[in-house]
Amino acid sequence: MSSLILSRRDLEFLLHEWLEVETLTKRPRFAEHSRETFDAVMELAEQIATEHFAPHNRKADENEPRFVDGRVQMIPEVAQALAVFVESGIMAGTFDEEYGGMQLPQTVGQAAFAWFKAANVGTSSYPFLTMGNARLLLAHGSQEQKDTYVRPMLEGRWFGTMALSEPQAGSSLADITTRAEPQEDGTYRLVGNKMWISAGDHELTENIVHLVLAKIPGGPPGVKGISLFVVPKFLVTADGSIGERNDVVLAGLNHKMGYRGTTNTLLNFGEGVHTPGGRAGAVGYLVGEPHRGLSYMFHMMNEARIGVGMGATVLGYTGYLHALDYARTRTQGRPATGRDPSSPMVRLVDHPDVRRMLLAAKSYAQGGLALGLYCARLVDEERTAESQEERDRAHLLLDTLTPIAKAWPSQWGPVADDLAIQVHGGYGYTRDYPVEQFYRDNRLNPIHEGTNGIQALDLLGRKVTVHGGAGLALLAETIRATTARAAGTPFADLAADVDAALTRLVSVTGTLWGTGDPALALANASAYLDAAGHTVVGWLWLEQALATREETSDFHEGKRAAARYFQRWELPKVHTWLDLLESLDRTVLDTPDAHL
Amino acid sequence: MNIVVLVKQVPDSGTQRSLDPSDNTVARAAADNVINEIDEYAIEEALQVKEAQGGEVTILTVGPASATDAIRKALSMGADRAVHVQDDAIHGSCAIQTSGVLAAALQQLEYDLVLMGATSTDGQVAVMPALLAERLGIPQLSGAQKLTVEGSTVKVERQTDGGFWALEAPLPAIVSTWDTINEPRYPSFKGIMAAKKKPVETKSLADLGVDPSSVGLATATSAVVDVTGRPPKGEGVKVTDEGDGAEKLVGFLAEQKLV
Ligand SMILES: Cc1cc2nc3c(=O)[nH]c(=O)nc-3n(C[C@H](O)[C@H](O)[C@H](O)COP(=O)(O)OP(=O)(O)OC[C@H]3O[C@@H](n4cnc5c(N)ncnc54)[C@H](O)[C@@H]3O)c2cc1C
Ligand SMILES: Cc1cc2nc3c(=O)[nH]c(=O)nc-3n(C[C@H](O)[C@H](O)[C@H](O)COP(=O)(O)OP(=O)(O)OC[C@H]3O[C@@H](n4cnc5c(N)ncnc54)[C@H](O)[C@@H]3O)c2cc1C
Repeated sequence: MSSLILSRRDLEFLLHEWLEVETLTKRPRFAEHSRETFDAVMELAEQIATEHFAPHNRKADENEPRFVDGRVQMIPEVAQALAVFVESGIMAGTFDEEYGGMQLPQTVGQAAFAWFKAANVGTSSYPFLTMGNARLLLAHGSQEQKDTYVRPMLEGRWFGTMALSEPQAGSSLADITTRAEPQEDGTYRLVGNKMWISAGDHELTENIVHLVLAKIPGGPPGVKGISLFVVPKFLVTADGSIGERNDVVLAGLNHKMGYRGTTNTLLNFGEGVHTPGGRAGAVGYLVGEPHRGLSYMFHMMNEARIGVGMGATVLGYTGYLHALDYARTRTQGRPATGRDPSSPMVRLVDHPDVRRMLLAAKSYAQGGLALGLYCARLVDEERTAESQEERDRAHLLLDTLTPIAKAWPSQWGPVADDLAIQVHGGYGYTRDYPVEQFYRDNRLNPIHEGTNGIQALDLLGRKVTVHGGAGLALLAETIRATTARAAGTPFADLAADVDAALTRLVSVTGTLWGTGDPALALANASAYLDAAGHTVVGWLWLEQALATREETSDFHEGKRAAARYFQRWELPKVHTWLDLLESLDRTVLDTPDAHL
Repeated sequence: MNIVVLVKQVPDSGTQRSLDPSDNTVARAAADNVINEIDEYAIEEALQVKEAQGGEVTILTVGPASATDAIRKALSMGADRAVHVQDDAIHGSCAIQTSGVLAAALQQLEYDLVLMGATSTDGQVAVMPALLAERLGIPQLSGAQKLTVEGSTVKVERQTDGGFWALEAPLPAIVSTWDTINEPRYPSFKGIMAAKKKPVETKSLADLGVDPSSVGLATATSAVVDVTGRPPKGEGVKVTDEGDGAEKLVGFLAEQKLV
């Protein structure tokens, strides 16, 4: 039976038939690679995800980590799975050889990691955060920080976190209050509380490396006064071994709707529970320069955001595969036209309305996967394209697409899971079937790594306007290159619909900013994000349809069918959203609190 | 300690498998081909012996070009080199013919120990260790669940319906392993990269000095004459518990001679 976690065939299609990742092996960074190494990595990821991650997905959901005597207790399967993961070397896969990595392209790395997220998003969060942490330190940390923290993380001996949010400051990081007091020896002492910190405490590894945003007293107000610190749970001695316990302690665990396998913590810094060097205060080490912490963090967040989008997509994908499998086996009712009660019942897939739900879920899941891998490909281009000009273009396009890559799958991935529940009927609503968990897990994705509301503001308020609108212009040019290629193909009509949506998107962007009233322009930003997201994914469906070439297998026909579905059922929504935006509708802007 | 592990690529036993209707041989071209699962245990055992005692692990495969995938996997698990016997004339060979090819290939290698999985999921004849032992004139210990090498002796433990066996033989010897002998490792990323640089030697029948007319479907000692699909699964029995559920279940199991 083929896997219900993800589709190996689809990943092969996206990586090879569409994105042609093998061409990357011509570049010096990837010269050691070939189709065989890519295939071996994908096979290994599928195997470990299937044999070690998927089996305890439900158990971890039903047995949340517990807070007992100040320590975290969790089911042993999490540590066992992560030990196998670490042993395989996947953690360091995309990193430099110098740090024990394999210099795998991001595109392949993201595709391989997708297996773990789809199999068990809770357990896969630990390495996901660790890789993001390591990447940030490699980009902005000192050599000493890289040697001290990055190596053990990439070896899987220590895990990392991202500690940005506070109880009173989530979306608005400008208002964080954690303080970092400079010390004479060049270190800092941190005092404050961090809320929602995933993987913030556990006993999976001997040390935990927190990357913490805090303010150095006397610095500029707001985001310009935020600095970034490394705060290890245990201080590290000169020879790299574990030293004194640092003054960062677990205050409590959050009890969540989903993602239950990942500990989610409230951490107290500097309350004197531990006294490193004989006194209270969490010892922290500045990363880079003072007051630049948020920009460093955002540099890393771009990749984390693609990762969140990928997670949302693949949770939708696994829901879709489960629904498809169910719909092919359960019989129920008879065709709408032939209601002869003595005729045998038909399978769920034989009902057009069930096929509608499956096609919708497929178009979201596979559309989102294409978006995530396309963005990962841009990360590879940004780093390794031959000319500086090509790298700059990839950078700008990626920057423009990032809010969409995070928010679109976070919006529609959960819809795919919602549909998967619907296809299961009453059974989907019970805990006897896994689809309700996929939905609960996926429901986090529109919230973390910047809520979708914040992404909408970022897209409309910044990404499409900066540099005189160069980002949007480049996106439009890129999309039009595809629609031009579609001329004379069976997908010319899809291309025309994508073109029409794009043309209007660009013109409505002008209308919104033409008002000279940012409050009005931004009031309906969520509709803008929806419209832009659907336009982009419509384009990527056209790309996929074109990449099916002359192939006639069920798989390729299935790609075309989903592209058609997206064209007929989804693309028209763009115009509804744009109608609202173009009319400069003031409903949400003007409704006062008392009328809500 | 030089160890040769025999590895076969087979259609994935977890998928729908079929025979080629033109000659009733296993349809390999369209199948999802993988390493014969039990061979991974033999590879793992070889790697463990090597890690304890030093030496080299060589993978030996007879199969079509696509079998390189199986070889790559074995190399990425940690084997050192591979020999791939590939020749169109071999298509459709029976176990006896194939054992001739394997024996010829082994004679060109230096080995103290030959390891192999107890059976393959496609042919399921499980006679290869005995055939090779006969051809090479060395002892065979089959169905090993535990293996130790002490000096020039190999000792294995084997569990059968009839009892527990402790066997030993002087080296060189052939040992076939069962899937309870160990837990095969996964390849690692490092192993995957290293595998690319490991030597894989491709040999034809001519290289081995094997007469092409001694192998292949035409002169095979066994032939598949006819094929019938597996009958569909029966309805199954529903036991309704009316206070006597346990008795009914036991009765059913006894009827099936399961208890
Ligand atoms: C399970 C989980 C794991 C997490 N993991 C981490 C982690 O590892 N590290 C970390 O630092 N954080 C983490 N977070 C925190 C997460 O990033 C925040 O929850 C998120 O940024 C939202 O902040 P908030 O919860 O304070 O909500 P609020 O900021 O209070 O937002 C509430 C609502 O108001 C809207 N809103 C807020 N401000 C604006 C605005 N200016 N304009 C328009 N709308 C606005 C939001 O879109 C949202 O819908 C995690 C959260 C959860 C739930
Ligand atoms: C919490 C809960 C409480 C409930 N309470 C009660 C109760 O008190 N009393 C009671 O009698 N029942 C109850 N139900 C049962 C409920 O009414 C059924 O679950 C519902 O009718 C769907 O039937 P099903 O679960 O068998 O799904 P199915 O009928 O198998 O449907 C699965 C999917 O296929 C679609 N489908 C099925 N047939 C067709 C068709 N002909 N054409 C197009 N699409 C089709 C459905 O729309 C659905 O999306 C309850 C269910 C739940 C989950």
